[in-house]
Amino acid sequence: MAAQGAAARRGGLRSALPLLAPAYLWLTVAIFLPLSAMVFFSFMTELPLAGKPWAFTSGNYAAFFLQSLYPTLLLASLRLGLEVTLWCIVIGYPAAYVLAKVLKGRSREAIFLLVILPFWSNGLVRIFSWAMVLREGGILDTALNAVLPFKINIDLMYSYPAVIIGLVHSYVPYMVLTCYLTLQAVDDSLIEAGRSLGASRLQLLKRVIVPLSLPGLVAGAALIFVPVVGSFMEPRILGGRTGTFYGTVIEDQFVAVFNWPLGAALSFILLAVVLVILALASPVLRRAA
Amino acid sequence: MRMPDLTALLTATAVFTSALTLAASAGEVHVLNWKGYGADEPWAVAAFEKATGNKVVNDFFNSEQEMLTKIRTNPGLYDVVMINAAFNDQAMAEKLIQPIDTSKLPNYADISKDKASSPMLDHDGKVYGVPWVWGLTALAINEKSFDKPPTSIAEMWDAAHKGRVVIRDDAVEAVQFGAIATGQNINDIKDMDAVKTKLTSLMPQIKTFWSSENDWNQLVASNQIDIGTYWSGSADRAKTHFKLPVSLVIPQEGAVAWLDAFSIPAGSKNVAGAEAFINYMIDPKFYVEWVTKVGAPVSANTKAVEALPEDAFNRKVMGDPEVAKRIQFQAPITDKQREAYLALWQQLKVDVK
Repeated sequence: MAAQGAAARRGGLRSALPLLAPAYLWLTVAIFLPLSAMVFFSFMTELPLAGKPWAFTSGNYAAFFLQSLYPTLLLASLRLGLEVTLWCIVIGYPAAYVLAKVLKGRSREAIFLLVILPFWSNGLVRIFSWAMVLREGGILDTALNAVLPFKINIDLMYSYPAVIIGLVHSYVPYMVLTCYLTLQAVDDSLIEAGRSLGASRLQLLKRVIVPLSLPGLVAGAALIFVPVVGSFMEPRILGGRTGTFYGTVIEDQFVAVFNWPLGAALSFILLAVVLVILALASPVLRRAA
Repeated sequence: MRMPDLTALLTATAVFTSALTLAASAGEVHVLNWKGYGADEPWAVAAFEKATGNKVVNDFFNSEQEMLTKIRTNPGLYDVVMINAAFNDQAMAEKLIQPIDTSKLPNYADISKDKASSPMLDHDGKVYGVPWVWGLTALAINEKSFDKPPTSIAEMWDAAHKGRVVIRDDAVEAVQFGAIATGQNINDIKDMDAVKTKLTSLMPQIKTFWSSENDWNQLVASNQIDIGTYWSGSADRAKTHFKLPVSLVIPQEGAVAWLDAFSIPAGSKNVAGAEAFINYMIDPKFYVEWVTKVGAPVSANTKAVEALPEDAFNRKVMGDPEVAKRIQFQAPITDKQREAYLALWQQLKVDVK
């Protein structure tokens, strides 16, 4: 039996190979090779362009620990990632629940479309639209002052909240989509059973719905947290004076001073830190899955 | 379709397309410059194309480093590149640009002597950059916020403008601005601590960091700022072309001056077209039209400046010997210095968070 099973598995692998080959080839060419080149660069003193002399060094990695600047910024970026993820859960999870369990038919399709609409617009367009809304004398400020009887001054542009708003708007669809999929799979009869046994709404949420939809919640959180920690476009445009984060200093190394080795080293430190965080969270992830 | 027909069709198509590509590349001039900086004006491109038969293809950069990266990574693509004179040295040392035969540029003779003989552009008796325009990184004000224009750089530190000041997100510009504010030579900063202290006290005043002309103009249009560092040509353009309440202030403490020049990248496929384009860019006729229609910095061509009206800003103020005494031209800086400036600038930005 066992031998037969192994043979079947081997046969399965052989027949799957033509199907897997394009994806693996693409991963090798488009991801693995450039990434390896970047690892290589991160240990060099100079880029080997125009015949400049170069040598191997670990100085680029040491730079991270020698200057308080980089750890400080990394912490700020991790905090940003956590806050954005949290807001995405707060906003995205109830929306996903309503989509999966309350709405039906046409209205569900319409709301679904609205949720994924931000995905179809260019990231820069989204950020600049927020700039028009958030600034003093902008759309939000004017609209609120037109309605409210007292005068308030709303100038969120170029501040930390503006960065959060911009990022949450960009990433909340991930949370809605992943939670929607797991929430839809939750059997309605389980909820009814709980209700018939006298569970309150809060108990139902805590004991039945959230545990069963946890995989979606965790997947969404990981999908959001990782790119937000390295984000640079939103902080730069919306953050103004407070918009310096770990991602923006990496961008500076690549764009402003052409110091690719340092930029690459900083990126890999970020990658390592994110992997460590995901590894530490893996017991939770495994229980969820 | 029968086989021979198909083959014939394919061959015909191949021949036709290759002929088309050849014809196109022979007459194309690929230009790399800042966006909205003269070379991409539709009327100028149209006039040049009509006069010479070359087709202009514009590409843009957002920082000098990006420009260098683009010519490093695309050898043979560009025919003309606009390089700040302070970066010409580096581009030549990396063999990114080639010497220019100035005898092919009839307008070159009218370039002011001090600009044409600039050691930043001439190496071993060969010309690697044709001076185009020069200007200042000075201050510009939102006219709505001032009864009369300020005269001192100290205005940036005035508590009345807290949260309504902008500065460009550029380490070199910021440090050199700090050098001027502390009365130092921008090309030989002796007291870096003074610069750091001065800039540290400026940071809380700042609304945001600008990176393009468009950023600056939008901030003024929505009345979000009072004062900030700005380029002289851009301030002129904001006023002339976009009708914004912007005026340039050359503070008594001085200002940073820069010289922009055109170079021909090594491996250019259309050197003749490139020469024709550069010659057109330094032509008085183009310059006067550029200033009148759009607003521009000061031409390096003396005849072009003389063709402006007597009271034009670029002739009257920028040509004023008093102004000439105050300004300091940017010299090349080394990679090490640039990295040190960036480290300082990033530290300042983190401290203010």
